[in-house]
Amino acid sequence: MAKIASSLSKQAGALLNWFDDRLPVSSFWNNVMTGYMAPKNFNFWYYMGSLALLVLVIQIFSGILLAMHYKPSALEAFASVEYIMRDVEWGWLIRYMHTTGASFFFILIYLHMFRSLLYGSHKAPRELLWVFGMFLYVALMAEAFLGYILPWGQMSYWGAQVIINLFGAIPKIGEPLTQWIRGDYFISDATLNRFFALHVIAVPLALLGLVLLHLVALRENGSNNPDGIEIKKNKDADGKPLDGIPFHPYYTVKDIFGVGMFLIVFSFVLFLWPEANGLFLEHDNFIPANPLVTPEHIKPVWYFTPFYAILKAVPDKLMGVLLMGASVGVLFFLPWLDRSPVKSIRYKGTWYKVLLTLFTIAFVRLGLLGMAEGTPAQTWEMRVWTLVYFMFFVLLFFMSPGGKTKPEPDRVTH
Amino acid sequence: MKKLATTLLFAVFLLPLSSVTVLAAAGAGVEHSGANINDTASLQRGAKWYVNYCLGCHSISYMRYNRMAEDLDLTEDMVMENLVFSNAKFAETMDIAMQPDQAKAWFGKLPPDLSLIGRSRGADWIYSYLRGFYQDENGEWNNTMLPNASMPHVLWKMQGIQTPIYRQETDEGGFTHEVIDHFELTTPGSQSPVEFEETARDISAFLDYAGEPAKLKRKGIGVWVILFLVLFTFVAYLLKAEYWRDVH
Repeated sequence: MAKIASSLSKQAGALLNWFDDRLPVSSFWNNVMTGYMAPKNFNFWYYMGSLALLVLVIQIFSGILLAMHYKPSALEAFASVEYIMRDVEWGWLIRYMHTTGASFFFILIYLHMFRSLLYGSHKAPRELLWVFGMFLYVALMAEAFLGYILPWGQMSYWGAQVIINLFGAIPKIGEPLTQWIRGDYFISDATLNRFFALHVIAVPLALLGLVLLHLVALRENGSNNPDGIEIKKNKDADGKPLDGIPFHPYYTVKDIFGVGMFLIVFSFVLFLWPEANGLFLEHDNFIPANPLVTPEHIKPVWYFTPFYAILKAVPDKLMGVLLMGASVGVLFFLPWLDRSPVKSIRYKGTWYKVLLTLFTIAFVRLGLLGMAEGTPAQTWEMRVWTLVYFMFFVLLFFMSPGGKTKPEPDRVTH
Repeated sequence: MKKLATTLLFAVFLLPLSSVTVLAAAGAGVEHSGANINDTASLQRGAKWYVNYCLGCHSISYMRYNRMAEDLDLTEDMVMENLVFSNAKFAETMDIAMQPDQAKAWFGKLPPDLSLIGRSRGADWIYSYLRGFYQDENGEWNNTMLPNASMPHVLWKMQGIQTPIYRQETDEGGFTHEVIDHFELTTPGSQSPVEFEETARDISAFLDYAGEPAKLKRKGIGVWVILFLVLFTFVAYLLKAEYWRDVH
């Protein structure tokens, strides 16, 4: 028995050697997994990245299966989704994986981005890592918007109508531009068909490419950590960071635990609460698209509502569109707006804690207000929180260079 | 500092959001139906009421007779003899025989397909709608949930006829309006009010089921999936703890 085992392992070794001579299998594994030293003090916030990658895989997998049964045609789309829900074996599971996955993708990404605000992960030398992440976020928003039209329900139709019409606010080229996007004078079969193509091919390709860039940029400098200090400053005689541990096996086993925790929450929503009270699956989207009947209350899905609220806060359409664009655009410049000498909130002064708390409240409130019907009182509240949202970046820029800080430790704490 | 942040974060959710109705999908006037899709007898009764009183005009064209039979513990013979009045076959969808142009002539528009009414409106709304029919002063049918709808009260022989008792209400602007205070059953029907509540509940439950037949199974499967994941996560935690013992 032992003889067979040893001979088998010898053969496996020989096979690996054969591959290594032709493809850098072992060296790649060493580079990115066992040889990559990650800080040992990661906390809860450091699960989000690997989980977002997991959700990307879930979306691609469930998306391929959905595309096998879905029909991108204005006449058949709505019925084909119901066909998936009723007649396709396990079709309801595939679809709920995809709809629940979409919302969880955004939950994870928002937490992932918030982590950066906490620990300064966007600061030098990781500016490009952040910028690639922002491009990923914008691509994800595009992917979600394009995908939302596919079920061809009332909210699919009228939500797309509202968003595409925003481009009409641009002077001169606005109207022709909206026509060019729709491929028709109104949202129609042509629009659905091209959105399907973009949703299943173009944007996913961009997402995958950006994920690759994001990961390569991450590995170049290594992860930041909750203390915001560089572990490469303290190395042992072999040149290994004293506060670093090999990514594999330490963080692979830790992330498997994170995957388990995440899948419990994910499955709870998927199996027991897939509509999430109309937040993840909107009630009006179970009514087939009807160009002749405008729903009483058009609103985007929850993950867009903070920006939608900023749009609605401005009376002028063009200014509103510009301000909404700016609310996402300003995030790209975060690495250069945050001029603090320290990275982590742990060593920044109270001023930053107050700013970040107000910013977080503004973002959540704008999200809630963006779903509301928009009474005059709510519009005024939106204006206040829009101001708070942008003031965060202004104050960060001016306060961060001179703001009070505490001394950073030499070694990571935990 | 942590305390301040936590307090503020709580405050953000507790601040009153004036008239945010997004989470209250139903809206005003909706009563709790008590519809239960796991009550197979209720679903069977609901199916019977539906094919007898509703399916004449309202298709549920995403629902198949054979799927319904399987989910509601009915045999093919039971369905074909008691629940199929058209020349539909067992595996076909539950459509109506009425022609669209006839429907437009009779009702002003095609009565909507109700396959997904359980998802867009919810069981409670359907229950309230079915109980919300009344006869106004001119002897016309009207409904509290959907004012001036063109649908007559199909179930009136069971419920009887109810007429509204009004009261005066003054709004913020100082104008007075007549609003419906309650209903009075002026002509009793073949069912008692309690029996009719049961009927409305059965139909609501059936339409709730028809909106998403998978709902019958998915919750049960979900519990097992979650139980497995709890076990998996526990083992993963032990594995992680074992590896990480030498880190600190």
